[in-house]
Amino acid sequence: MNTTSQTVNLGSIETIPVGQGRCFVIDGHEIAVFRQRDGRLFATQNRCPHKQGPLAEGVIGAGQVVCPLHAHKFDLTTGAGSQAGECLKTYRVSESNREVLLHL
Amino acid sequence: MVIGGALRKDAIAYGADGIASDVPVVEEPYDHVIIATGSRPFVPPMEGFGGPGAFLFRTIDDCDRIAEFAKASKRAAVIGGGLLGLEAARGLMTHDVHVTVLEAAPQLMIAQLDPEAGEMLKKTIEGMGIRVLCNTITAKIVRTNDRITHLEFKDGATIETDMVVVSAGIRPITEIATASGLTVNKAVVCDDQMRTSDRAIFAVGECVEHRGRIYGLVDPIWEQAKVLADVLTVFNPKAEYLGSKLGTKLKVMGVELASMGETKPSLPGDEVVVYREPSRGVYKKLIVRDNVIAGAILLGETDTAGVLMQMFMANAAVSARRADLLFGSSSGAPVLSVFDLPDHAQICNCNGVSKGQIKEAITIGKGHSVSKVGGCMKAGLGCGSCKSLVAQLIEAYAGEVKDDPSEHYYVPGVPLEKSQLVAEIRKRGLKSVSAVFRELAGGKEDPGRKVGLASLLKTLWPGEYDDERDARFINDRVHANIQKDGTFSVVPRIYGGVMSPAELRRIADVAEKFEVPMVKITGGQRLDLLGVKKENLPKIWKELGIPSGHAYTKAFRTCKSCVGTDFCRYGLGDSIKLAQEIERRFQGIESPHKMKLATGGCPRNCSEAYDKDLGAVAIEGGKWEIYVGGAAGGSVRKGDLLCTVETHADVLKYMGRFMQYYREHGKYLERSYGFVERLGIEAIRKVIVDDSESICARLDADIQKAVDAYKDPWKETELPGYPPAVQWCGTGARPCSSRK
Repeated sequence: MNTTSQTVNLGSIETIPVGQGRCFVIDGHEIAVFRQRDGRLFATQNRCPHKQGPLAEGVIGAGQVVCPLHAHKFDLTTGAGSQAGECLKTYRVSESNREVLLHL
Repeated sequence: MVIGGALRKDAIAYGADGIASDVPVVEEPYDHVIIATGSRPFVPPMEGFGGPGAFLFRTIDDCDRIAEFAKASKRAAVIGGGLLGLEAARGLMTHDVHVTVLEAAPQLMIAQLDPEAGEMLKKTIEGMGIRVLCNTITAKIVRTNDRITHLEFKDGATIETDMVVVSAGIRPITEIATASGLTVNKAVVCDDQMRTSDRAIFAVGECVEHRGRIYGLVDPIWEQAKVLADVLTVFNPKAEYLGSKLGTKLKVMGVELASMGETKPSLPGDEVVVYREPSRGVYKKLIVRDNVIAGAILLGETDTAGVLMQMFMANAAVSARRADLLFGSSSGAPVLSVFDLPDHAQICNCNGVSKGQIKEAITIGKGHSVSKVGGCMKAGLGCGSCKSLVAQLIEAYAGEVKDDPSEHYYVPGVPLEKSQLVAEIRKRGLKSVSAVFRELAGGKEDPGRKVGLASLLKTLWPGEYDDERDARFINDRVHANIQKDGTFSVVPRIYGGVMSPAELRRIADVAEKFEVPMVKITGGQRLDLLGVKKENLPKIWKELGIPSGHAYTKAFRTCKSCVGTDFCRYGLGDSIKLAQEIERRFQGIESPHKMKLATGGCPRNCSEAYDKDLGAVAIEGGKWEIYVGGAAGGSVRKGDLLCTVETHADVLKYMGRFMQYYREHGKYLERSYGFVERLGIEAIRKVIVDDSESICARLDADIQKAVDAYKDPWKETELPGYPPAVQWCGTGARPCSSRK
């Protein structure tokens, strides 16, 4: 996926509730897409590197997500984690005509 | 009216003759006067003090001047072999001057050490290249051409030196008190209310003599000031200052030292335990009186100092094996405290953090508050029961636990404690989490605190709260408890642990139909369906037809009970009926942390009511005891008896009051046991039983509002216009375009 550039349309922005995340499975990969209250979109791997918690179910805010299992925190832009050695893969995501576009 | 106060730079508040001549005399009537004139450094009587090369050691400016002068000096003398004198000597050494410490007493640090420890410290310090002369009184500073050349002692001996630093203690400033006719002994004499010999005049600080003692450290003076404030403001007219226990832990020239209380035995029954190891400069001494520590000295090795200090300050009974107090326990078991554990011992059992890692965070990472250590190591961030151990470690390795004010903020980005935050939220009428962040935190939505704020707002605005689902923890979004594999657990409410065969059958049917991987009886006497897929939740709720058991949220969880009076031959009270009444009334009530309850039909505690957040236990005579603050989780604690009542209605009343008070004053994620320990059961009883603040009627009304606002969350999917409980996310996605 890294060597080629691909854009995936994930459908209407309204499928992601304001201030929450949602998990999409693309080619067998779980990707969490977040819609922050201020309108910003983020996309990361869905599984927490700690114990595979579903990050899409986490509480978000100020560009961060908190894993629902053990409250490990991650920066949604850089993927950097609150714990040493934990980092998320992040993806570019944008909105066009009320639709969510994921750039792989 | 206050006499004294902060000194302006370079200003002398009170000259030797009392009042500076250029200060206009002001007349001012008063009700009370507080004398807080402090102290001035003591210069022992000698000829020739003053002028270049002679210094006091008291202010930062003094230090700067001393350092500057030392640059051009080869030899320095320090008059005073106390704590500060030795610090001055160490400071001078770093400027490459030959230092001599001159002490009038027969030993160093006479306030903190006994003669033997003093001698040992002297040897250690001499080993570092500092000369120490005890029993030495300086008579004269001798100068040639305005430069100090040598000192003459009372016994006629002399030493060569280029500079002199005097650090010989302090003397209280008492001129104003003396001139006013107050009783002055070594300092201004005060009673236990900080009152001088004149009832309208008080004194506080280093100018005070209380019960024959003068204090020069800040802690005792804070204690004095607190009493004075309580007395003067009539907040507590009976407040008393009974003297302070003094203990210090410090490093003198790199030598570890702890000293507390008395340095030598003074009563016939005093027990003295001494260990000495001169080759390593280690000396340990313990004075035990009536099985509590009357004094201790630890020199060269202070591993157990923290716990000794705690025991000393708390007048705690000491262990039978006194050696444990000086060396830690031989078995490695934490009989004493966390200090005695080896570095690899795990302190935070939730996040697997060892003592050594915490030590590193404290010493290298400068984590001097529990929250800072938590921030970098995650220690204490799980169940929180190790927080006191972390605090002990900080005390041991950093000297003191810094009070991080942000620890008390309800939301870190908003510098307000809970009560202040509540006031602000009420004042501005903020009814949603996003509104609070928008108005009070500049729009920065701290994801770690959204959930806590949501809980608070729901408590503050029963029925009016603007429920934004993104501020809910996943459990509260889907009314189920997330499991390690991302599935959920479903716990229907079973009032008092009693159910009908029909309900039991329905639960079994649902479990089979949805292929629930595990059905388990919980600790709270309910049935738990584990491993449920998210998308099956609403269907399961519907088929169960039983309300949510709230086994996933920070709220009233359950009230379990023993068999009670119907069948048990010991039962004194109908614990089942009471448990059902409690559970029907308080189901779903949100609180800072979960509340687990129980009722017991007799004091045999089969339902463990003594160690629940709230428990009611039937006793002989048709009465119920209400316990609060019990715990049998990460911490184990027997609850405190709040009150004893006669009827079920009264149990409900007092339990409801306690819950509302806890909802209003508990910190988010503070269990009732932490809350009760923090406030103290007496204080809580005063408010909610004696009604000392006249808020009981209001508390009763507010908990009633919360009870009235209860809705079964498992029914919310059926309500028109209600946002769907769960965003039923598909997991497919269609690619729309791809480019190379």
